[in-house]
Amino acid sequence: MTTRRTLMVASGAAFLSWDAVIRTAHAQTPPGIIVMAKQIDDMITLDPAESFEYTGGELCGNVYQKLTTTPNDNPSRLTGDLAESWTASEDAKTFTFRLKAGQKFASGKEVTAEDVVYSLQRVVALNKSPAFIINQFGFTKDNMAQTIRATDPRTVVLTTAEPTATSFLLYCLSAAVGSILEKAVVSARAQNDDWGNGWMKQNSAGSGPYRIVSWRASEAVTLEANPNAANPAATRRIIIRHVADPSAQLLGLQRGDYDIARNLASDQIKGVSGDNRYTVVSQRKASLLYVAMNQKNPILAKPQVRQAIKMAIDYEGIQRNIVPSNYAVHQSFLPEGLPGALTEKPFKLDVAAAKRLLAEAGHPDGFECSFDFFSGAPVGDIAQAVQANLAAIGIRPRMLPGEMRAVITKTRARQHDLALLRWGSDYFDPHSNAEAFSINPDNGDDARNKTLAWRSGWDIPELTARTIAAVRETDTEKRIDMYEALQRDHQQNSPFAVMLQEVEVAVTRNAVRGLQIGVLSDRTNYAAIAKA
Amino acid sequence: MLKARLGALAATVASIPITLLGLALVTFFIGRVVPIDPVLAVVGDRAPADVVERARIELGLDQPLYVQFGRYLGDILTGNLGRSVMTSNSVWEDITRFFPATFELATLAILVAAILGIGLGVLAATRQGSWVDQAVRVFCLAGHSLPVFVLALISLLVFYAWLGWLPGPGRQGIIYQDMVETRTGLLTLDAALAGDWPAFWDAVAHLIQPAGVLAFFSLAYIARMTRAFMLAELRSEYVTTARAKGLSRSRIVWRHAFRNTAVPLVTVIFLTYAGLLEGAVLTETIFAWPGLGQYLTVSLLNADMNAVLGATLVVGLIYVALNLLADLLYRLMDPRTR
Repeated sequence: MTTRRTLMVASGAAFLSWDAVIRTAHAQTPPGIIVMAKQIDDMITLDPAESFEYTGGELCGNVYQKLTTTPNDNPSRLTGDLAESWTASEDAKTFTFRLKAGQKFASGKEVTAEDVVYSLQRVVALNKSPAFIINQFGFTKDNMAQTIRATDPRTVVLTTAEPTATSFLLYCLSAAVGSILEKAVVSARAQNDDWGNGWMKQNSAGSGPYRIVSWRASEAVTLEANPNAANPAATRRIIIRHVADPSAQLLGLQRGDYDIARNLASDQIKGVSGDNRYTVVSQRKASLLYVAMNQKNPILAKPQVRQAIKMAIDYEGIQRNIVPSNYAVHQSFLPEGLPGALTEKPFKLDVAAAKRLLAEAGHPDGFECSFDFFSGAPVGDIAQAVQANLAAIGIRPRMLPGEMRAVITKTRARQHDLALLRWGSDYFDPHSNAEAFSINPDNGDDARNKTLAWRSGWDIPELTARTIAAVRETDTEKRIDMYEALQRDHQQNSPFAVMLQEVEVAVTRNAVRGLQIGVLSDRTNYAAIAKA
Repeated sequence: MLKARLGALAATVASIPITLLGLALVTFFIGRVVPIDPVLAVVGDRAPADVVERARIELGLDQPLYVQFGRYLGDILTGNLGRSVMTSNSVWEDITRFFPATFELATLAILVAAILGIGLGVLAATRQGSWVDQAVRVFCLAGHSLPVFVLALISLLVFYAWLGWLPGPGRQGIIYQDMVETRTGLLTLDAALAGDWPAFWDAVAHLIQPAGVLAFFSLAYIARMTRAFMLAELRSEYVTTARAKGLSRSRIVWRHAFRNTAVPLVTVIFLTYAGLLEGAVLTETIFAWPGLGQYLTVSLLNADMNAVLGATLVVGLIYVALNLLADLLYRLMDPRTR
């Protein structure tokens, strides 16, 4: 018979059981495991020959080693990752790499020159999106057997089609696409002529500090320490959970369910930055926000109008009031942190000068034009601020918010007037951005090379020639000087108002140490992450 | 009689493929006219011209639209929904992974919403004008008018962050991740089948908040509709007669009035359920719930058209199936339709 006492006992037991369930769910993350909350739905593949997104690049950077790399404490310095040393021939076309001994894949097998050759040839043969970083040296499917070869188990020889600056080649090889895979593992999974791409989309075969255990799209990625890594991981397991909402990331961090939150908004970062329970880790990224002015619009093609727009924008005010934590003011096409980046900021809000320039251009009352931008935060807010700035000098932008890919599609078709866009560097060399912003070999509508300069209809034969000369310059110091000069001219004359550089901010619980955020995504390093 | 009923049923069933064909046609052509280049989703913004061109040919985008649609239709009929660009999996594989998460969430939500919504609706109707009726009205108004993402954030803040009664976002706790073998995709059921009761209770605990938010949102509508239906029935002459005959209040309400409101309520509940199964995007986003709504939205924003088309067809199929079921129940419950 059910009595009041048995009911009370049953209720008490139920409460205690539930409490136990919740305590298990709420306990601090288990020892030896780091839980990171991050937006990971940009990732479409884990194959370094194909991956070109932020999250994919970051994971590849922790799962694979490359021939060369750049340390996060001095990103401009090139060091060997798998390569112990390298030499260049006198004609600057043949490069010989000597591999370090004792570098091992997760399987325990030693990394050999054969693996390096296979990995680089695989990139060339697959010819996926990031392959141009390697292919631009003249490697093709037809010549790769001769141009990428191993001369002994620890020596790799690369032969480029044209004389090449050593630093340019080494920076490109340090990109995620230059990751070295274990040939035996990948080739065993190859189907037809896919070079194991189908399997590699969801798995790993690298020698980095971690290996991929599982990836469930839009849900989670689990990494486990590679026991054979030369640079061993400090934590046994890292679980990256897809948490799209920044508020949910913050709550999880505060409750102790997450050790690291990667996508907090500016106001949330401000809220925790003075709290000694958390550590804020930040790093400038090689990602720029800029206003593009289409030169096909005859008004925007006038140099005074371009200059007026650059002088009408309140760079400091926008940064301070809208994105104080997540962006920094930057005005040249090479982001700070990349070799040769110019940190000069020649433009600041000057409404009177901007109005004067507009009048000189024959538009004292301003003009109307379209303004495309990605509607998501914080770009939408920044676009509104730019609109207000331009309105102050009489320019009346018609606001056209859209999805990022829709905006890009429109600018690729050169159908915009003004557009607020984001650009991230593909690899560490200055040529990555220089090629995008200041090369336009064919300004015709059917041109094959749709660089950012082409998309804005900017016909620049002279600047194109100078940019190509810079990438071919073999003297590193002279090369850097050439890029600095290019950026100064670009700042003054280009149809781009570079406004801001992205600052990535991660917040960790104070017991967590060792997260290094890189200038490029693949330089974000998990190996040293550990918690007390 | 039976022949007529079977004929009506056959006509309903026959309309399903036509509905799905129409859905596929509309979705396909909308997908092709959105101002996003689908090649961008595959190769990204930086790919060289030859890579872009190759991807365009591989996707069949160089063919006329009717050829593309014909090919797509042929693939669907052979069970091939194509491959998702965003996840690298076949779309069917993705749907079998994302749909169970939504199904688990939506089913619990609709059960709670239906039970509470009907209860509150009947209560409000039988006490029309009283403080109980007013309280139910305010409660329902809050559920129906507060944006669901606000409800979700408030729920997380109160029950997760402040009180600590419920776990945070996600379908399961870290320590149970990858521990339960996937059989059905329904975490609670898989954990129960595996006899892993701690994992089962963990999955239940993770379900409560998102299901509760969706239930609150849905029950508001169900309660308001129940109240309206009940009021109409309670004013009917047969209810007056029943009262005059001295039947008890509960008998009048539940055995007579409610039985008649149950018929239109079936449609309300089934359509609400279909809406939930479609995926509650905002709730899934805030609770990091890897469901169909989130899959569909992310795919749409990235012009991953195979995924969009596949998921849309599944959603369409659910709507059609639930409509059919509601129709059948309607016929069973309402003698006038026989």
